[in-house]
Amino acid sequence: MITGFILRALEGKIVAMIVVLVGIAILVPALNLLTPPDSAFHIPTYAMALFGKYLCYALLALALDLVWGYCGILSLGHGAFFALGGYAMGMYLMRQIGPRGVYGNPVLPDFMVFLNYKELPWFWYGMDWFVVAMAMVLLVPGLLAFVFGWFAFRSRVNGVYLSIITQAMTYALMLAFFRNDMGFGGNNGLTDFKDILGFQVQADGTRAVLFALSAIMLALCLLVASAITRSKFGKVLVGVRDAESRVRFLGFRVENIKLFTFVVSAMFAGIAGALFVPQVGIINPGEFAPANSIEIVVWTAVGGRGTLIGPIIGAVLVNAGKSFFTGAFPEFWLFALGGLFIAVTLFLPKGIVDTIQHGFRVRKAMKAAAEAEKGRVGTDAVNPSAAQAAE
Amino acid sequence: MLIRIISLIFIILSFAAPAFAQSGTDPKPLIDALAKADFAEAETLIGQIAATGDPKVVPALDAFSEGDLYFRKSDSAVFIGKTGDAGLELIDPLTGASAGPTSKSAVTKIRVNNNLRRVIDAAKGGLTLMSPDRGVRLAAADAVLASPSPENLALVEAALAKETDSEVKARMQEARAVSVLSSDRSVDEKRDAIKTIKSLGGRNALGILNSVSSSIDPSLKSDLDSAIGSIEAEQQLWDMVQNVWYGLSLGSVLLLAAIGLAITFGVMGIINMAHGEMVMLGAYSTFMVQEVIRTHAPGLFDWSLAIALPVAFLVTGAVGFVIERCVIRFLYGRPLETLLATWGVSLILQQTIRSIFGPTNQEVGNPSWMSGSFPVGGMTITWNRMWILVFSLTIFFTLLVVMKKSAYGLNMRAVTQNRRMASSMGIRTPWVDALTFALGSGIAGIAGVALSQIDNVSPNLGQSYIIDSFMVVVFGGVGNLWGTLVGALSLGVLNKFLEPSVGAVLGKILVLVLIILFIQKRPRGLFALKGRAVEA
Repeated sequence: MITGFILRALEGKIVAMIVVLVGIAILVPALNLLTPPDSAFHIPTYAMALFGKYLCYALLALALDLVWGYCGILSLGHGAFFALGGYAMGMYLMRQIGPRGVYGNPVLPDFMVFLNYKELPWFWYGMDWFVVAMAMVLLVPGLLAFVFGWFAFRSRVNGVYLSIITQAMTYALMLAFFRNDMGFGGNNGLTDFKDILGFQVQADGTRAVLFALSAIMLALCLLVASAITRSKFGKVLVGVRDAESRVRFLGFRVENIKLFTFVVSAMFAGIAGALFVPQVGIINPGEFAPANSIEIVVWTAVGGRGTLIGPIIGAVLVNAGKSFFTGAFPEFWLFALGGLFIAVTLFLPKGIVDTIQHGFRVRKAMKAAAEAEKGRVGTDAVNPSAAQAAE
Repeated sequence: MLIRIISLIFIILSFAAPAFAQSGTDPKPLIDALAKADFAEAETLIGQIAATGDPKVVPALDAFSEGDLYFRKSDSAVFIGKTGDAGLELIDPLTGASAGPTSKSAVTKIRVNNNLRRVIDAAKGGLTLMSPDRGVRLAAADAVLASPSPENLALVEAALAKETDSEVKARMQEARAVSVLSSDRSVDEKRDAIKTIKSLGGRNALGILNSVSSSIDPSLKSDLDSAIGSIEAEQQLWDMVQNVWYGLSLGSVLLLAAIGLAITFGVMGIINMAHGEMVMLGAYSTFMVQEVIRTHAPGLFDWSLAIALPVAFLVTGAVGFVIERCVIRFLYGRPLETLLATWGVSLILQQTIRSIFGPTNQEVGNPSWMSGSFPVGGMTITWNRMWILVFSLTIFFTLLVVMKKSAYGLNMRAVTQNRRMASSMGIRTPWVDALTFALGSGIAGIAGVALSQIDNVSPNLGQSYIIDSFMVVVFGGVGNLWGTLVGALSLGVLNKFLEPSVGAVLGKILVLVLIILFIQKRPRGLFALKGRAVEA
């Protein structure tokens, strides 16, 4: 049954994207590690780290696409799930520092010694085990999404209102994590990581593995998301997006459908955060900023929502643009980003991927119409709306 | 020599007698006696000098406190010394007449220490009670109230007997009561004093009563405790009132920030993420107006805000109009897309302002009528907070009248309620849309003028208000101006009541969580528009 579930996920462009991602997962680390630095094919470590970051963002955008593109829930709080996953990973990495911190305390991380903690807060227990930490990466965002969604979907908070309260959620979390006595390092967040599973975080080999993992994780999540959206459940999901009341009147429990999708999406975001932190080397409350969450929406919108591969492309493109602009013309990045927001909503409401697909379909339909015309000369007039009808 | 010793004995003896007995005696020998007195004797002498009640001794006491009092070695006469061109100029301590210059070696400085300075200050407080100037007397009574001492009692009573001004008299009575408590007067007199202090109220009275509670006569203990209890209860009430005031003040800021959004989001349904930037543009308009006034007409500075109001309204209204025409009108019916587009607009506006004015805070001045404060009962209210409250309510009610009573408001409501019907009736709906958005933006700009007075004017100004504004509008109920008013004020008060117990940040987090929970309960806010639509 599960294989059937997975096999159904394998549609042309999804397969293509997965192949590309696996290819990247193998090729980029290989080019980084195996070629000499002066070779034309060499990929420097910083470029790999940068690209690894984009892949994490891509996974985050994919997570948002699942709820926004397929379920119609525009979450302005996905940054919170991302950051929570990141914090879970960060806590594990902090515990791995052990006595090598500035203060040399074998148990307490540096910031706790600095803030006069006498012992580890209860929620730090067990975070030195990788398995526990990874479970938390999934559980904490999942649980938050479950509780939040349970209340919100049950009382039928939707549309704009839901967007605004998700924004309030991430804003409240940001304020909370900025507090020193929350036990998460306050303003400075968690940083200065040394080891992950005994390997040096900064080492080229570790970075290569992390990069490959990001790409593979993205491919896996894409597979799962595709399987979900192409299953019967996925059809209902689209129904919820387009005509929620109708689906409810047909007897489906809309709130459960939404809740499931929201939780899965939050977990994806958590994974993205966990992969992001060791590659970037820091997690701080700034990740909870509402502006970050809105930016995720733009990546998804640029790529094309409801396409799964669109958000991946969108996230990589927008972030590559950001890296380029902030390096070359720092003044203009916000102009470019703002302009992108407006241009995409006005001229590319379906995003890059869908627009291209649309173009292909129109051409195909026109070709078919032309064939039909040739075949049936003089019988009846060509339906001028054949292109639209073929969609 | 003998005379001096006798006079000294006389002085020391006379100290034991009631101080007011000395009223009217000549202070001259007392001042001269300072020449050879040690610190302890000087302290008694200062009491005596003050007890003469002669305001003429004040310059001498001042000079003593400053270390400018000298005595001539030849005849031990005491003078105030002023360092001039020709050595030291001697001045008679009482008449102020010059006694000519002298060399520094001919005189000796009378030494003073901090303890003596304190005694002098207290003595002067008593002395100025007799001043012919009403303001000085009032200040003196306040000084005695603030630092009561039994030595002043006689002076206060003497002054009280002569006092005619009712306000000063009341203040002096309080001052007397305070002094009585620390003196060795009879129990009955002290009981009356406690009553007077009780009616005085305030933190100061509480402090005085608490300070004497250990040394007071046991028979007065119950009176004292009840007085302390009642003052504390009153104090608590004032603390409450203070919290409510702070809450209303915060609420008025929230109202200001949210009121424009109540139009663009509440009435039109546009998720206007650029709303905060409209507030920011309003603040920058104020800055520009003040800059122009500073360079061209500094005399108009007090009018700068009044001038800035229409300027800000027009500037932000025009920007809003352009945004509506160029971006938003293509997005009606797609609320989530407007969110993205307006966010883009907000980024561009922020960066534009940053490129023009730089990322740092701009200085916006307060006109004189906005600075300072005034006391109300047990608390002080600052003028700028007061004006902002008044201002936000004025805007609110003006807007309400425009919406309910004007033809334009009628058109606006018609378009938002049923666009096609309104269009059929001949209303130019696109025009109304554009004007409504411009109105909402313009009001945000006006809010920016007021907020520039209490917040940093930087490109990020709007960012800090946007989430709060949305919370207020959603909490109050979309499409309902009254909801925005009630929402803003109640969120402000709630915030300020949470703050003392949990801290500012946690209070804010709690408010956010409460709003999130509240929306679950009433997804359409406090005052939901009634309707039968399944999907709004």
